[in-house]
Amino acid sequence: MATKKFKCKVCGYVHEGDKAPENCPMCQAPQSEFEEIIEESAAAPKKGLNTNSNVYTILYAAVMVIIVAFLLVFVSQTLKARQDANIVNDTKQQILSALNMRDLPDVAGTYAKVVKADKLMKDNGELADYNGDFNTTYKSEFDKKNYHVFVAEVDGQTKYIIPMNGLGLWGTIWGYIALNEDHTTVYGVYFSHSSETPGLGGEIASLKFQNRFAGKQVVDGNKVGLTVVKYGKADKGSQFEIDGVTGATITSKGVNEMIGKVLEKYIPFLTNVESND
Amino acid sequence: MANKNKEALKQPMWVNNPVLVQILGICSALAVTAQLKPAIVMGLSVTIIVAMANVIISLLRNTIPNRIRIIIQLVVVAALVTIVSEILKAFAYDVSVQLSVYIGLIITNCILMGRLEAFAMQNGPWASFLDGIGNGLGYAAILVIVAFVRELFGSGTLFGFQIVPQCWYEAGYLNNGLMIMPPMALILVGCVIWFHRAKNKDLQEN
Repeated sequence: MATKKFKCKVCGYVHEGDKAPENCPMCQAPQSEFEEIIEESAAAPKKGLNTNSNVYTILYAAVMVIIVAFLLVFVSQTLKARQDANIVNDTKQQILSALNMRDLPDVAGTYAKVVKADKLMKDNGELADYNGDFNTTYKSEFDKKNYHVFVAEVDGQTKYIIPMNGLGLWGTIWGYIALNEDHTTVYGVYFSHSSETPGLGGEIASLKFQNRFAGKQVVDGNKVGLTVVKYGKADKGSQFEIDGVTGATITSKGVNEMIGKVLEKYIPFLTNVESND
Repeated sequence: MANKNKEALKQPMWVNNPVLVQILGICSALAVTAQLKPAIVMGLSVTIIVAMANVIISLLRNTIPNRIRIIIQLVVVAALVTIVSEILKAFAYDVSVQLSVYIGLIITNCILMGRLEAFAMQNGPWASFLDGIGNGLGYAAILVIVAFVRELFGSGTLFGFQIVPQCWYEAGYLNNGLMIMPPMALILVGCVIWFHRAKNKDLQEN
């Protein structure tokens, strides 16, 4: 038998029965002060499925995870080839950007025309042929002591491009530095970053900052001379000092450390001007 | 019914703005508003993702077990963001490089969880879609206002183009470095909220 529940709105007394009592036994409130309590559990099962049961919850989670996992694997697998091609293309564009060839319509074609060889530096500073696949991350190559040098030709002149990797404020930064035939004058640079603050550290990716490098000298005697200093502190007459980015001291310092750390390893090549590979 | 849908779209744009009234999504509003371009890209991405997530959750709403509903919402959002990011990497690499970290940040944007939990769990797909679009655009509008002020006074540029003429700099004008710093975004959002409260008296607390 279905008993209904009635609650007194005055004192909260709950009466069970077919209808509300005439007077509340607790506070003597009249029948009109009672209201019926409709149990929520009575409404739920009408869908035929208890969405609150443990079995349902576990099954739902399992099915959900499997569907999402398959979906993600499918998307990732079908798009992988295209993504890899894009990354290769982007890396080539970055290398060409160091030669001041930015936003090219046909990256692959220009790269094939301009960049003559991807070489490795030997201990004595000479360049040897590199026979592996084209790399898209030079951090691991640098750690493996594979010191890449790209040989390019712009307007009949040989340029050398060296990939660099380092750390900024929030994440990794990387770049390419293009040198003239004399192995020490900067022809152009390109920097990029994964997560520096836009408008501050992110400005290392701007032309305004990168254009400060052209014409500077990399080698000072037997060590790396090129340095990025705090904004406004660069000596105007200096061949080596470059103003950093305003308000981004740590990122600028990161660029400086990256240049120092990477180019230090390339010193044999940078000072080996006589051999013309 | 049509009226209710219109409200779902219009309310969050100004009167019930997610940033100004619900104070959601503040963290990303600080991070991406130093320049206009990332602000607009972020605003549009959030709009699209909120709308899509709202529709999916709204369709699933009657089947979702109550106890794990937040996890389900999170899985839907994370899967959606990952798929969109993968598609961008394959077909619009430039845009994906532009977005870089922000696309991942969308997952943690509290507007998404807020709307899924507060609206999509109770409403139909079409109303939820409009609610997502409305909230996304409301969020984007605040981002654009803050980014406009910060980029103009902080860097003298808009969309990267020089606005403040060179002769001003020669006459001694300096960019306001504080504008590009994150605290200034908070102060500007505060100013917008102030203006908003002054216009909407019923929101004022005594």
